[in-house]
Amino acid sequence: MNMNGGQALMKALENEGVDILFGLPGGAILPVYDPLIDSSIRHVLVRHEQGAGHMAEGYAHATGRPGVAMVTSGPAATNIVTPLCDAYMDSIPMVVVTGQVPYAAIGTDAFQECDTTGITMSVTKHNYLVTEAADIPQVIHDAFYIATTGRPGPVLVDIPKDIVDPNNPRSAMEWYTPDSHDLPGYLPNQAGDAELIRQAAKLICEAERPVLYTGGGILKSRGAEALLELAEMTGIHVVTTLMNRGGFPDDHPLCLGMPGMHGNYTAVTAMQEADLLIALGARFDDRVTGKVGEFAPLAKIIHVDIDSAELGKVRRPDVAIQGDCRVVIEELVKALKEMGGSEAQPDRNQWRSRISGWQERFPLTYEQSKGDELLKPQYVLEQLRDSTPSDTIVASGVGQHQMWTSQYWKFNHPYTWVNSGGLGTMGFAIPAAIGAKAGRPDRMVWAVDGDGCFQMTAQELVTAATEGFPIKVALINNAYLGMVRQWQEMFYEERYSEVYLTRDVPDYKMWAEALGCVGLRVESPEEVGPAIAQANEIDDQPVVVEFRCEAEENVFPMVPAGMSNSDVVVDPSQRDQPR
Amino acid sequence: MSAADGGGTTTLVVRVENKAGVLARVAGLFARRGFNIESLAVAPTDDERFSRLTIVVGVDAAPMEQVVKQLDKLVNVVDIRELNPSASVERELMMVTVRANPDIRGQILDLVRIFQATVLNVGYDEIMVSLTGSPSRVDDFEDLLRPYGIVDVQRTGKVALPKLVKAAPDPLAP
Repeated sequence: MNMNGGQALMKALENEGVDILFGLPGGAILPVYDPLIDSSIRHVLVRHEQGAGHMAEGYAHATGRPGVAMVTSGPAATNIVTPLCDAYMDSIPMVVVTGQVPYAAIGTDAFQECDTTGITMSVTKHNYLVTEAADIPQVIHDAFYIATTGRPGPVLVDIPKDIVDPNNPRSAMEWYTPDSHDLPGYLPNQAGDAELIRQAAKLICEAERPVLYTGGGILKSRGAEALLELAEMTGIHVVTTLMNRGGFPDDHPLCLGMPGMHGNYTAVTAMQEADLLIALGARFDDRVTGKVGEFAPLAKIIHVDIDSAELGKVRRPDVAIQGDCRVVIEELVKALKEMGGSEAQPDRNQWRSRISGWQERFPLTYEQSKGDELLKPQYVLEQLRDSTPSDTIVASGVGQHQMWTSQYWKFNHPYTWVNSGGLGTMGFAIPAAIGAKAGRPDRMVWAVDGDGCFQMTAQELVTAATEGFPIKVALINNAYLGMVRQWQEMFYEERYSEVYLTRDVPDYKMWAEALGCVGLRVESPEEVGPAIAQANEIDDQPVVVEFRCEAEENVFPMVPAGMSNSDVVVDPSQRDQPR
Repeated sequence: MSAADGGGTTTLVVRVENKAGVLARVAGLFARRGFNIESLAVAPTDDERFSRLTIVVGVDAAPMEQVVKQLDKLVNVVDIRELNPSASVERELMMVTVRANPDIRGQILDLVRIFQATVLNVGYDEIMVSLTGSPSRVDDFEDLLRPYGIVDVQRTGKVALPKLVKAAPDPLAP
């Protein structure tokens, strides 16, 4: 079938099962926006290209399917660099199509030209500059394959205008449906080595104080059920990193919650005292390990990861298994069953009672607000948690509100937590929540945002309002760049430098209304419940609820940067407790 | 750290897809860590779909481990061999133009004979010669020519292949 490159691009995207595209047109991508009119793919018109990228990420987080964004050349391409880097750090499957100046004009400093593939080389899993219209079907097929297999990640496809412009003879091509990939350097391996899996099973059967240290690889591999079986068969406790919140139910008796810099005391301490860490799809991030040399000093390490570059990158494992988390866990369960299953596990009652002792002495805690004090953000999050369905999808920005959400929410379902873990991208919440709602219209979607974050990407609420994505935003307004303020209080002798954002400017309620949302403002504890109930009732418009919160509330526990996890700083009310 | 600081060097032989931009991807992984590439030789292999890069980096094997793993993750990288100098045969080509007035040309030709180098071109007061050899032998030749006045020198960077097995398998082995 004869067609032009632009038509071929749309057909190739349809063939990959793309149902929604987040984007914004411009000069170089114009010819592709014409065949889009005739396509079955829904396009969501964003207000800033960064929004398109984070929406594609949110969609991928919530559905497991690759998110797709399409923007033009030059400034549009540079605007989407942040989402690409974010997706690269958090292993999010995403395909971004960028327009480029005509092939012959590349390298001439043409209008809206930039070296997109050069700029994005280090923030994508792979990228392409397509030079011939005939290459489009194969490149798109390969791009989706690379984005979704192995360790998932973003792939960018840069398309010069002339090969998609029907008025240019270079766009003429004959359609073909690619049925294979010629990628001799890309052979992702799923299965783990059977002998290593047996060795891991043996270590598990010998361990007296084991902990399952589970990361984003659980969710990426659709491995939550396999993990549940492994934990229940062995009776081993589970910590869920920031990237695996929801990968193991928070209300399960074996769940210890989030480890790391703002993890809860028991999760942090159980890892420190463990004699075996079973790291599944986790990468020993500095926010989890604290000072690496003093991290889990007594523990042997089993490390399972699809990416062999993670094995031994930070901590030398005793058993390193390269493979897909779900596949390896299933094999590990089989191997453990052959060794006797739960019968073969040693008596770990002493370890269990130490863990429950920590849980009793060091639960998450905060002081309720008194008198005419403003709201406590933790109180707001508890109320929000308790008055929304348990499968609500929660997206967050980056900072204190993110840590409080991860701490106080009860994640009992996989794919309900959407956040920027590795890159720590402020402003992630609103566009990511829109993407999640686009992927899961059946679910309630709340974005928990800070006032600093909100001001970075609030314009996408226009997209939510006009495109029909009734997300809800819980805006934790503490008038500060709160996490930076906390660091200045604790580590810079309370010398506050450029962290105050003002309490009343902007007027968030009016701003929300101007953006096409319902705007609500809450200042006292008794208004919190009713405002959330009111927001939950609204299903035809986005809602922003501004919660006016205490400025000086800090996130605890906290392991100060560069310190050992054994030096975790607990809430002031718990500092006299015996460790 | 460079070799001159007392650190080691590492030689990598990387087979890549013969496509535009691949060299930039490979070089970028070294650049972002601040590792300087000491020499680099690139040429297509017998199979024209692939090129082979021989990369010498002034970094010890230990910090290189992560780079090699990251290199292996590049979609266009097919395979990587890390070559230990004692277990490989290394060659480099040098072309050099040296000042050579007729009265001292004979001395230079002596060196050319000793090193089994080749005279490529002769001018009225200069001579161009080439030498292929192990990098250290090429270094020696360059050092010996330097006092005469090197006008121009071009070295290719080394290429290398692993040494072959010497002992034939025992025909009586079961």
